[in-house]
Order: sequence, then C-alpha cells, then structure tokens
Amino acid sequence: MINEQLVWAIFFIPLASFCLLALLVRPFFNSYSYISGPIAIVSIGISFILSLLTFFEVATNSNHNLVSEPNSWLEIGDFHFTVGILMDPLTAVMLVVVTGVSLMVQIYSMGYMKPSNHGSENAEHHGPEELGKPVYARYFAYMSLFTASMLGLVMAANVVQLFVFWELVGLCSYLLIGFWFHRPAAAAAAKKAFIVTRIGDFGFLIALMYLFFKTHNKGDNYLEISVINANLPGLVDAGLITAGALTLIALGMFVGAIGKSGQFPLHTWLPDAMEGPTPVSALIHAATMVTAGVFLVARFFPIFEHSPDVMLIVTIIGGVTAIFAATMGLVANDIKRVLAYSTVSQLGYMMLALGVGAYGPAIFHLFTHAFFKALLFLGSGSVNHATGTFDMRYMGGLRRKMPITYITFLIGSLSLAGIFPLAGFWSKDEILLNAWDKGDVASIIGFSLALIAVFMTAFYMFRALLLTFEGDFRGGSDKDPEAQAHGPVHLTESPFPMVLPLVILAIPAVIIGFLVNPIKDFGGIPAHWFTHKLEHSLHLPPPPAFDPILAIISSLIALLGILLAWAMYKRNPYLSPATMGRVAGPIYTLFLNKYYVDEVYEKFITGRIYYNGIALISDWIDRNIVDRTVNIIGWLGANFGSLIRELQTGQTQMYATVTSVGIIIIAAVYIFGM
Amino acid sequence: MTLERFLILGAILFGIGLYGVLSKKHAIAVLMSLEIMFNGVNVTAVALSRYTVPYTVPDTFVDASRFLLTGHVFTVFIITVAAAEVALGLAIIIAIYRTRQSVLITDAKELSR
Repeated sequence: MINEQLVWAIFFIPLASFCLLALLVRPFFNSYSYISGPIAIVSIGISFILSLLTFFEVATNSNHNLVSEPNSWLEIGDFHFTVGILMDPLTAVMLVVVTGVSLMVQIYSMGYMKPSNHGSENAEHHGPEELGKPVYARYFAYMSLFTASMLGLVMAANVVQLFVFWELVGLCSYLLIGFWFHRPAAAAAAKKAFIVTRIGDFGFLIALMYLFFKTHNKGDNYLEISVINANLPGLVDAGLITAGALTLIALGMFVGAIGKSGQFPLHTWLPDAMEGPTPVSALIHAATMVTAGVFLVARFFPIFEHSPDVMLIVTIIGGVTAIFAATMGLVANDIKRVLAYSTVSQLGYMMLALGVGAYGPAIFHLFTHAFFKALLFLGSGSVNHATGTFDMRYMGGLRRKMPITYITFLIGSLSLAGIFPLAGFWSKDEILLNAWDKGDVASIIGFSLALIAVFMTAFYMFRALLLTFEGDFRGGSDKDPEAQAHGPVHLTESPFPMVLPLVILAIPAVIIGFLVNPIKDFGGIPAHWFTHKLEHSLHLPPPPAFDPILAIISSLIALLGILLAWAMYKRNPYLSPATMGRVAGPIYTLFLNKYYVDEVYEKFITGRIYYNGIALISDWIDRNIVDRTVNIIGWLGANFGSLIRELQTGQTQMYATVTSVGIIIIAAVYIFGM
Repeated sequence: MTLERFLILGAILFGIGLYGVLSKKHAIAVLMSLEIMFNGVNVTAVALSRYTVPYTVPDTFVDASRFLLTGHVFTVFIITVAAAEVALGLAIIIAIYRTRQSVLITDAKELSR
C-alpha cells in the first residue's frame, strides 16, 4: 500500500508548500496571503495521513522495515554518496509525531497568528514592512520548511543527509524564534539558539568526519546509517578500529544531541527560545527541534550501546538535566518558561532512559510527551491570547472564562505529572522502572534524580495551573509592565481554530499511553507492542515487568507535589509563597537566576576567555598574518599588472603580429617536433 | 602539375596577404590583403580536394563519401562569407572615417592604456 514514492511525498509535500509560499505567495500575491494557512495545513495534512499509513504498514509488517534502495547522489572516484529513506519503526513513530503535532500547531496558528487578533502579542509588533498580512505568508512558509526539514531528518538513510537536515532544522529554529526580529529580545534569542546549538553541531560534525576517516577504507559504505549500526560494533570486536575511536564517535554524536535537545550544559538556548510565537514554541518543544537530539542517540543506539562510557555519560547528563531544569521551572514566572524548563527536564528523562539502555521507553516517552507538551504550549498561547501576557503573576481566575482551555490544560498537566491513567504515567513509569532495574550506580543516581524531578514536575505544573486559572484575575497585560500586547484584555475563550487543536490533542494525552504500549494484552493490542516493535533489531535484554509498587510510589510522589502546589497557591494558602521564599531565600534566588549559567557563559567564557584570550590572539593573527598575506598578494598583482600594461598599445596590427608569430611558433613546434 | 605546386602557391598568397594585413596602415589595403589570404586558403582547399578525392565516379556507388566535393563547397562558402565580410568591413571603415576623418588603423587605438 505504501511505496517509496509515497514516503518521499511525506517529505516533499511540506517542502513544496514552503516553496509555494516563500517563492510565489509572499513575493507576488501578498494581498491574498490568507490562503497560506490553508495551503500549509492541507500539505501537512496529506503528509500526516501518509505518515499514519506508513506507521501502520511498518507496525503490521513482519519484516519490520520498509527497505528502499538508496539513490546515488554523488560519486567521487569509487566512493558513493547516496540519498535514501531509512524506514524502520523509529522513523515511522517520528513521522507520526512530527506531522501530527505540526498539523495541530498549524491549525492553531490560523487563529493565533491572525493579523486582526487583538490582545495577542503579534498584533502590535509589526515592523515597518511587516504591517498586515506578509507576516502570515512568511510564518507559514517557515513552518512548512521546519516540518519538512524535520521529516527529512528522521527519514535520512545516510549520515550526510542526516546532517544536512539537522542543520536545516537549526536554521528554521533560528528563523522562527527570531520571527519578530524587530524585537531585540527575539533577535538575540534566535542568535543564541543558533550559536549554542552550533556548538553541539560541531561535535556531531567532528564525530562524522572521524567516523569517515576511520572507516573509509573498511569496505562497506560507512556513511549509511544501517551499515554503521549493523557493522561498526563488529569492526571494534574484530579489532579493526579501537574501542576508543568508537567511544569518541559516540561522544561527538552525543554532544550534538546535547546541543539540539537542550541538555545540560547547553540548555541555555531553550528557555530563551520562548521569544518566538507560541505555536512555534509548541512545535520546537514537542515535535521538531528538541526531539532531534533524542532521535539522534536513538538512531545510533547500537554504537552507544557498544560504548559503556558514553552510556554512562548519557545517563548522568540525562538525570542531571531532568532535575536541574525542573528546579528552575519551580520558580519561573513566565508560563512559557515553566513549560520550557519542563521540556528540558523531560528530555533529560528520555536521555536517562537511553543511557540505561531502555530504548523503547525513551521513544515511548518522546511519543507521549510530544502530544501533551504541544497541548500545554498551545494552552499557554490560548491564555496569552486572552490576557495579553505570559507572566502568571498577572493572570488568575481564568477557569470560568476559558473552560475548554482550562480542562485541556489540566489534562496536559496531569499527564505531564504522570498521574494514572494518563499517557505520561505509562511512559514515565517505564523509564523509572528501567533505570531501577538496571541497578548500577549511575542508573540508581539517575533514578533518584528522576524521582525527585517527578515531584518537582507535579509541583510546578500545578503551580502554573493554579496561578493561571484559579483565584482572582490580576489584570493581564494592563498590569504587567513588560507585557508585549497593547490591545485590551478580553477574557473570553479563544476562537475555534485555537480550541480545536487543544481538544484534539487532549485525546492522545489521555489515551495514548495504554493504547500504544499497554502493560498487559488489552482488547487485541498485545502488551508492549510499541517497545517490542522498536527494539526488535537491537537484541536488548527483556524489559522488566511492570512493578505496581514503583508505580504507586512515583504516583504518590507526584500527588505530593500537586498537594504542595495546592497548599501554596490556593486562595488562602496554608503556606504562602512569601513564607517559602523567606525560608528558602538563597535557593530561590539561585533557581530564579538559572544557576547563573548564563552569567558564567557570558562573563567568564565569552568575556574573559573569549574576548580577552582567544579573540586577542586571533585578532593578532588576522592583522599580522592573514591581512599581511592578502596585502602582499595584492601588491604583487598591482605591480606585475603595471608591467604587463605596457604591452597594451592599442595597435591592432601589433596584436595581430604577435598572434601570427605565436601561431607560426606553435606550428613549427608541432611540425618539426621538440 | 603536382599538388605541391598548388600548395606552394596557396602558401605564397597567404604569406603576401598576411604581410599586407600586418604592415599596411590604410584600412582598405588591410581589407584587400585579407582577401588575398582568403584566396590562398581557397587555392589550397580546392587543390587538396581535387588531388586527394578520386575524380571519376566508379560504376558502383559503394561509398558515397568518397565523391564529396568538400573542398569546393568550402571554397564557395568562403567566397560568400568574404563578400559579406567585405561589405561589413567597408561599412565599419566608413563609420570610422566619419567620426575621425581618417582611415588609418594606427589612428584607431582607443584600447591602449
């Protein structure tokens, strides 16, 4: 039913939508730019349907993979670059996540990005040439390109192809985070996102070059991902490359994943990325950009599995990130930042899962997380639409005004907190279970950190929920001095295109956990088929059985977090946040200032080491070596030229004479030989 | 008469023409010299065609390419093109004369430095 052409279409249709919008609609038909939303939605809708078909094809196919022959792209000597599709269960899952979330986000954007929408942030932020509708076409063009790049990334059969799309995803995030580029904060955040992820990309690139350097004479084409995964560990066992080299390759790839997935210590770009339009945040945080890092580790899992040192690092980084980000989420006042830290924290969970070898649960959590995190982000956009601010200190009492947003946000929060029987519960439980079951020191540390993070997650989500929806309304953008909107506060439910995706996304946020990966056979769905399917080719040890005690403990911890949030942020709190602030003052300040990581980067690394160290040296090299070389070359050219210039007499006959004599000499040489 | 004589004639004509092109100051004289060069080439082409391709048509047309009159055809082409070229050249010379009252090519040296 699904053939190679249709799979390619999943990628090419959004790309075509981008080309149509960016090259045709925006430059020539700007006054009709309202069609750009439907164009993007229809194209991504087709991709979504095709992705679903592909997913079911892969899920029911006993062969597990839909193999297609790679197409030759470039030949250098006897070396071939190829382009192709790697369609395994992982890719199929990612396709559904990317297209599904992207479709919802784009429908939502129809309402959110509407030019006439008052009260929302974009209404007042048109630059001189951005007034009116051009925003619309540009926005949907970027969104289509973003989706297309992510689809290309997950389908790539070859590391060069993968890297190209990896960078394209980075570029699109830059364009979209800086969408309101006339706002200095947005422009700075876009640059920050690009540069910080660049550092990670550099590690990835080095890993790829090192991989090529080590394997280009080992027979097979080691740029093919399937070949890498199948044969590279074998090369190590056969002693053809050293285990250290494999470790370095895996480490470089993980550095790339750290950058893209916002893991500690390259997490700083992610909260700042909130400067983009809210639907963009939803897309970046749920489906496209940040999952790329987790996807990368999962994609090369056999290599990671073969280098225990790197697995250890992945575990530790994952666990540390999970709790590190969660603590910052506890105190953030911006609702989108709370969600951003929660994303970083959840990505930490996924990395932790990969680190302890729980490949299936990591992807399972990625899958469920995509839906409820998209839901939460879109919910925060809906709140912003009404109040004009993102600062929770100026919200409150929205429950009765925006019932649908409230209910869907509540579902998302419960799911993220991991409350039975919502989607988040099942995937989080799997991760905790696997970390516990692995049992070595690093896994137990990771497990403990993750368990504490469960408590914090529940706390900050319900803090956000209570601050936003309960109590009395505290003025919205009218009171918030930093609010970006100048329109009137209008406390009504958001328009239909914005509410619809919320409702649709709430459904998977509830059911997808036990529907996709039930712990027991469930109405024709075999137990754990999702993880089994994903792990079929990896020869992992059998997954630990569901442990009710662990599930109850983690649920209780989550409930405790919710209770604490309720005690602190209900109408007449037992524990006022101010008291807590006094008790835990320095810690609070530390969390609020994000552990001063930004300051360390800016003051110490950028200011001290970079500006006063490296920059001075490169400045000297630039002036005295590079510039001087260039000047010498220029001087040589100029002086040699003035010599040659004397020959230019303007006398045609002289030129003709020279030409004739030249021909005669050449003929003489040719005839009489030399 | 042998082929060599024709070739020597062609070479002499070409040489005389080349000398004229390179040494004459008057543009008309240069054009005329060019014509002599053309005719040197024409003599060579016709002579080679005549001497290297069989003259008589055999009874059976085994290989038609052996009866091609390539050199003759080229010569006719060269004469035609040369005529057109002379017309164009004269027009240019007239245009130059109108702008600078001179037909000496040593005077047309705008391309010097």
